[in-house]
Amino acid sequence: MSDIMTKNPRGTDPLARPGVLAHRRMPRWAPAGIAVAAIAVGTALGLALGLSSKIQWGLIALILFVLGTYVITAAVEDRRQAKDRVVTSAVWACFVVAVVPLYSLVETTIAKGAKMINGNFLSHSMAGVLSNDTGGGVYHAIIGTLEQVGLASLIAIPIGVFTAIYLVEYGRGKLAVAVTFFVDVMTGIPSIVAGLFILAFWILVLGFSYSGFAGSLALVILMIPVVVRSTEEMLKLVPNELREASLALGVPKWRTILKVVLPTALGGITTGVMLAVARIAGETAPILLLVFGNPMINNDPFHGTQSSLPFYIYEQYVLGTEQSYDRAWGAALVLIAFVMILNLVARGIARWKAPKTGR
Amino acid sequence: MEITKETAPPPPAVPAAAAHGRRGVTRPGDRIFSGLSRGSGILLLVLMAAIAVFLTVRAANAISQDHGNFLTTFEWDANTTPPVFGIAVLLYGTLVSSVIAMAIAVPIAVGIALFMTHYAPRRLGGPLAYVIDLLAAVPSIVYGLWGALFLVPHLQGLTSWLDQYLGWTVIFDQSNPGTAPRNLFTAGILLAIMILPIITNVSREVIRQVPAAHEEAALALGATRWETIRMSVLPFARSGIISASMLGLGRALGETMAVVTVLSSSDKLTAHILDPGGGTFAANIASHFGEATSLGRDALIASGLVLFVITLLVNGAARVIIARRKEYSGANA
Repeated sequence: MSDIMTKNPRGTDPLARPGVLAHRRMPRWAPAGIAVAAIAVGTALGLALGLSSKIQWGLIALILFVLGTYVITAAVEDRRQAKDRVVTSAVWACFVVAVVPLYSLVETTIAKGAKMINGNFLSHSMAGVLSNDTGGGVYHAIIGTLEQVGLASLIAIPIGVFTAIYLVEYGRGKLAVAVTFFVDVMTGIPSIVAGLFILAFWILVLGFSYSGFAGSLALVILMIPVVVRSTEEMLKLVPNELREASLALGVPKWRTILKVVLPTALGGITTGVMLAVARIAGETAPILLLVFGNPMINNDPFHGTQSSLPFYIYEQYVLGTEQSYDRAWGAALVLIAFVMILNLVARGIARWKAPKTGR
Repeated sequence: MEITKETAPPPPAVPAAAAHGRRGVTRPGDRIFSGLSRGSGILLLVLMAAIAVFLTVRAANAISQDHGNFLTTFEWDANTTPPVFGIAVLLYGTLVSSVIAMAIAVPIAVGIALFMTHYAPRRLGGPLAYVIDLLAAVPSIVYGLWGALFLVPHLQGLTSWLDQYLGWTVIFDQSNPGTAPRNLFTAGILLAIMILPIITNVSREVIRQVPAAHEEAALALGATRWETIRMSVLPFARSGIISASMLGLGRALGETMAVVTVLSSSDKLTAHILDPGGGTFAANIASHFGEATSLGRDALIASGLVLFVITLLVNGAARVIIARRKEYSGANA
């Protein structure tokens, strides 16, 4: 419906200017033209004044673009149209501002990380590698991440799915309201607080030592609310007729849920779970507190310290040498690739399962 | 989650009919299954209670041995004898960096939400939603690495410029011009990028729900697109946008790794946000944990408890506002 406005611009009251129904309009290419001019002037100013940072060039161009749009439109059209165009250009600017950091981040990570990725980097640990040695790798960190995330998923997925089943299929009254509210609140728990809780409970009170499993427990707390929320959304989408048909045939309720409701929603639930896995795979803070890091390969998540990919990035960043920065970028690339692949597969499943044509 | 939400039919009312079938014969299988699912729900509540209890117990232990005032002391020397530590700097740093993040992220996020709903060509809308989701999926440590090794050097020019021309505002004054911008301002910018997706996604869901009749009425009166948005879209979506911002604030308050890597922390409390120094709760925990003694750990847990309570209040308030319209919870954002 917003198209109506661009096709039929009656900015001013026609009665105020008798005989003028449609007044002067800017050509269609005007916004693009102003944008190009603004970028050109921004770059020229940046070069002329010797501003070192490209961020400043961009900001100058942005301000010129918005101001220029207002002044030119106000001159050619009228103030109301000018305001409208300024907002349009500001909204476009917001879009650009959102894309730029993501582009820069991905570009930097690939540019600096790609040269590190090779068989040696992926198959070696950091055992005996000094901070300013080249070489070393992420094998132990990948093992750690996979084991910690796997264990966390094993615990969090059943609890999360059952809670969602409770909320959708059974939940009535105060308990359900309380669970819904606290699931929402749990999504907001900072990961470092989850880590501190497991530290207080598992390590300080129960007396266990640092291990991959302790890290998994903190990841469970972060994962459960995401699984509950996405599963709940999916279960709500299952048509009621399916449940009624099954119950009418005399199938017990639990078998109805297990054999009719869950299979129908399986695609969506899988998507939600994979997104949750992708999210906890990148958590650093709880690992920092509970797994403690280990330069060597430790395949046993229940005994002894481990490493993990996000922790490894932090560890190498803190070392602060050229070689360790390179390793950090390499590991960042591996981690981003892992998370993005999970995301893409999850979205693929979502799209594939999207049309609910029964099963 | 967004894709399925868009393509799937509107959620039916909660299956009320299914509930009535419960009265009648109760089979053991039913009892076990409903017990399991109810038990999971209760387990969540127990977990939340346990978090509060365990953190409080350890925190009480630490605060009782604190030789400074826990609320007003600037230093964080929990490992020394006598231990002196306080959260004044951390509270200040957490609030300032989050406020900077909000001031940058909220207008841009609302702008992007409007872009996706009202301005973008249809072909651009879908990919853009995907880009925003990718922004949300990038792990915080990668943001931290990028922030420290890319953003900090690139912000040097901007901070000097701000210092030079806006230094008279005190806020933008740098005590030692030319120092690397490892300050609360840079941390705030990085946090803004990180909380952009959640604010955008929740705002977009709210804006989508503005009744078409409201907008059509405004358009029929001859309003421009901006006037339509200002008169019919924003008033309707205001409460949703506020709670979206508070969800973002909750994220910003508790973010750890991005602040640890970017900020050069110190126990200095200053109004000059371009000066390096300061700290946040989460960053302080992460950076002091390695060398902490047993009391030091309890002290860090005490600061974590304060962070927990603050985020709980912010998130709880956001949820109460948002609960009026249940369809968009933002939990998947």
